[in-house]
Amino acid sequence: MSEVNHTPFLEVKDLRIIYKTDLETVYAVNGISFKLEKGQTLGLVGETGAGKTTTALSLLRLLPERTGKVVDGTITIEGQDLATMDDEALRQMRGGQIAMIFQDPMTSLNPVMTVADQIGESIMIHNPEFNKEQILARVKEVLNLVGIAENRASDYPHQFSGGMKQRVVIAMALACNPHLIIADEPTTALDVTIQAQVISMMRNLRDTLGTAMIMITHDLGIVAQTCDNVAIMYAGELIEVGTAEDIFCAEKHHPYTVGLFGSIPNLNVKVDRLSPIPGLMPDPTNLPEGCPFAPRCNKCMPICEKQKPGVYQDGEHQIRCHLFTGAAKGGQ
Amino acid sequence: MKKNRRQSRAIVRLKEIWRRFCKNRIALAGFIVFMCIMMVVVFADVIVPYEMTEKPSPPDRLTPPCAEHPFGTDEFGRSVFARIIHAAPNSLFIGFTVSFGSLLVGGTLGIACGYFGGRFDNLIMRFLDMISALPGSLLAIVMVAVLGPNMRNLIIALIVGHIAGFARMCRSVALSISEQEYIKAAKAGGSSDLRIIFRHAVPNAASTLIINTTMSISGVILSACSLSFIGLGVQPPKPEWGAMLNDARQYFNGSPYLMVIPGLAILITSISINMMGDGLRDALDPKLKS
Amino acid sequence: MAELKTAAPLMEARNLTKIFNVSRGMLHAVDGVDFKIYPGQTLGVVGESGCGKSTLGNTILRLTEPTSGEMYFEGKEYSKVGKREMREMRKDMQMIFQDPYSSIDPRMCVADIIAEYMIINRTYKTKREIYAQVEKLMDTVGLAKRLAEAYPHELDGGRRQRIGVARALSLNPKFIVCDEPVSALDVSIQAQILNLLMDLQDEYKLTYLFITHNLSVVKQISSDIMVMYLGKCVERATSDELFANPRHPYTKALLSAIPVPDISMRNKEIHLIQGEVTSPINPKPGCRFAARCPMARPECSQESPHLREVSPNHFVACHLEE
Repeated sequence: MSEVNHTPFLEVKDLRIIYKTDLETVYAVNGISFKLEKGQTLGLVGETGAGKTTTALSLLRLLPERTGKVVDGTITIEGQDLATMDDEALRQMRGGQIAMIFQDPMTSLNPVMTVADQIGESIMIHNPEFNKEQILARVKEVLNLVGIAENRASDYPHQFSGGMKQRVVIAMALACNPHLIIADEPTTALDVTIQAQVISMMRNLRDTLGTAMIMITHDLGIVAQTCDNVAIMYAGELIEVGTAEDIFCAEKHHPYTVGLFGSIPNLNVKVDRLSPIPGLMPDPTNLPEGCPFAPRCNKCMPICEKQKPGVYQDGEHQIRCHLFTGAAKGGQ
Repeated sequence: MKKNRRQSRAIVRLKEIWRRFCKNRIALAGFIVFMCIMMVVVFADVIVPYEMTEKPSPPDRLTPPCAEHPFGTDEFGRSVFARIIHAAPNSLFIGFTVSFGSLLVGGTLGIACGYFGGRFDNLIMRFLDMISALPGSLLAIVMVAVLGPNMRNLIIALIVGHIAGFARMCRSVALSISEQEYIKAAKAGGSSDLRIIFRHAVPNAASTLIINTTMSISGVILSACSLSFIGLGVQPPKPEWGAMLNDARQYFNGSPYLMVIPGLAILITSISINMMGDGLRDALDPKLKS
Repeated sequence: MAELKTAAPLMEARNLTKIFNVSRGMLHAVDGVDFKIYPGQTLGVVGESGCGKSTLGNTILRLTEPTSGEMYFEGKEYSKVGKREMREMRKDMQMIFQDPYSSIDPRMCVADIIAEYMIINRTYKTKREIYAQVEKLMDTVGLAKRLAEAYPHELDGGRRQRIGVARALSLNPKFIVCDEPVSALDVSIQAQILNLLMDLQDEYKLTYLFITHNLSVVKQISSDIMVMYLGKCVERATSDELFANPRHPYTKALLSAIPVPDISMRNKEIHLIQGEVTSPINPKPGCRFAARCPMARPECSQESPHLREVSPNHFVACHLEE
């Protein structure tokens, strides 16, 4: 992280996304910026409706065409501006450079195609010069990578259990040697013991293949186990960004991050009550004027309701909160 | 006291549904058109005396629309205007009784089958499969031929033909609802099966049922016409839209209005009913409240 | 706690079994489970999907009829009592459901949903009294009065789950089965609901059977924990004992599989268990966990281990403990 003057693998700058329908406008993503280097894993953490999945979809330009719209900002992948890509380049990029793993393995596989055909399909699209044997060989190779026996290649999805299906989905994502994998809550639908298997497998794959990864999750435990960098998202904004050490060990935190940790029952200490964050996520069609977290914040100051907070920066660690920017200026 | 409160709650809810129905322009337009048709049905005799529909007048045959005969005359010289007006009660009556009759019978069977399942479900559904294995028109022809051709028997025959479709639809709706957790929750609270069906299953199935019932009305009017055509439905010279449409076919080249006018009558009626049904479904659904 | 245990158990199940007859054979969803829950306590039931924990909850309330076994509520055997009597007993035994989106009828408004049980059971004579009680319940679970006429779809998951809690409380039950009540909620909302459930327990002296797959949640709320695997109880102990001193290989694997939000634990050795839950249909003889167990011995796949007390109040079903 010492060299600064090279272009990062993925750079998102001031991204804003809205969903516009006749009735209302949903402000899903409100000016987020982050970078991702090759071989690194970024954890995108937040609750339902924070805009995590919207961000992920926009990286593949897969937002619903009729309603979703990128209103501002740029996404640059390997030096290429995503907005200027034509359809052909986009198709090459999807599944080729960037692959996505969806939350529910039950619905992301086609029930009437064999696993080999489904994995083979994307290999065929991105490598038209491959013949049947080459495709099959590659299918077997990726199945081996995710720990599925080769002889199961001709089985149908329903013959696999939940965890195995998610492995198949991951194999599909790996098939074309992507440079970036976006995993949208890849283990939420799985049991704990299976989740542990899949997570450890994904870690090994990342280490051996050197693929960059964006791990979207609401589980801070998974983040702690897998991510190098963490971005915490709230109401479409990145309220805290930093390395895993910053988020889990540093002293200064955004009050929302503190609340998120306070909400998880601790396995080592038993307390009488948890300390949840009161209230609810703000309505994304009608966001508060100042800090989006102000209405739920226990450290809310008058300025928080009026003015968007600036960024407090300490090395890689960024916190978007008046508490620290104010302290920096006023010297409390 | 108790009753008053319940009534007032019900009235508030009905008013709310009506308000939402009225907000929907299309539904309201459908409702107004349909009310006009109902006025025609009620005041048919005032608009034009019934004799006009059956009295042949050979010199006037196949006159195109003119001042004296606004919709022209048919092959016997009878006023098409009078026949259209006086056919409305017959056609609408058949359409409504058959649709709602088969909804009632088929719906009850279907919901019971879907909710209780098991052997009862198997028995009823296999029986209905048997009925629907016969072509609908054939079944109706046989039934009318056996029972004798008149309007009551025509309605019974058509209802029998439509039951299976409604039952199957209601069964699938009831099946998907009975898997919802709120049904289990109602049981945990001590609800009886009947209460669960009427309080939870039927209201949640309502939208599907309303749409399918209103959609079927126009279809029923048309299938009644094919039976009238082969002489098993409404008996000539009584007017009926479907029968008129059929009679007009051979004169289509010279007098197209003979076919266009009853066709339009069926079209306008069924569209207005469908628009109303759509609006009613939306008004009943709390999710679409705005 | 020790004092309470000398009292009679509020809920007791003996050799409770539920076998479903499915097309491919006999599905052993719950297979010979025993437990006792004392008044004011919470028994947490943990296990992965398909271990029969939800079936257990349904069977306790007889929403599913047990195949065999006995169930006692306040000392009364009720596994075979008639429909009417059962309906009467259910007033004392309620349930909070997993999915706040499907467990309440979308066509009814909040007040009607909460009032429904009281109307069915004629708890009060007049509607006015019932709706007055609804207001009190809404207050208890932290729902604003203005939401009384709202419909479920207008509310978020946390509020919907509060409706479910209010409904379960409406008949003043002594015992509540909580079937994964927080699994469908976000972490911050999850903590709100857990706090609410714990407060209600203190205030109304409620007894819970708390079903979940989330071990950190179960530790927070339970006094005793039962770990289930494929219909069998593999380990049962007090909450602290189980976490401090897990004995069954499955419990150990389950505990070490939880991702801990602490990066110092990142490179800790995890006891990954291989394979996945096998089918509960026509299970093979022997320990159900034998196929995945890292410490399986020949006898494990031949004879089913019995639940035995290895230390006071700590029960394990494993051949290694014999």
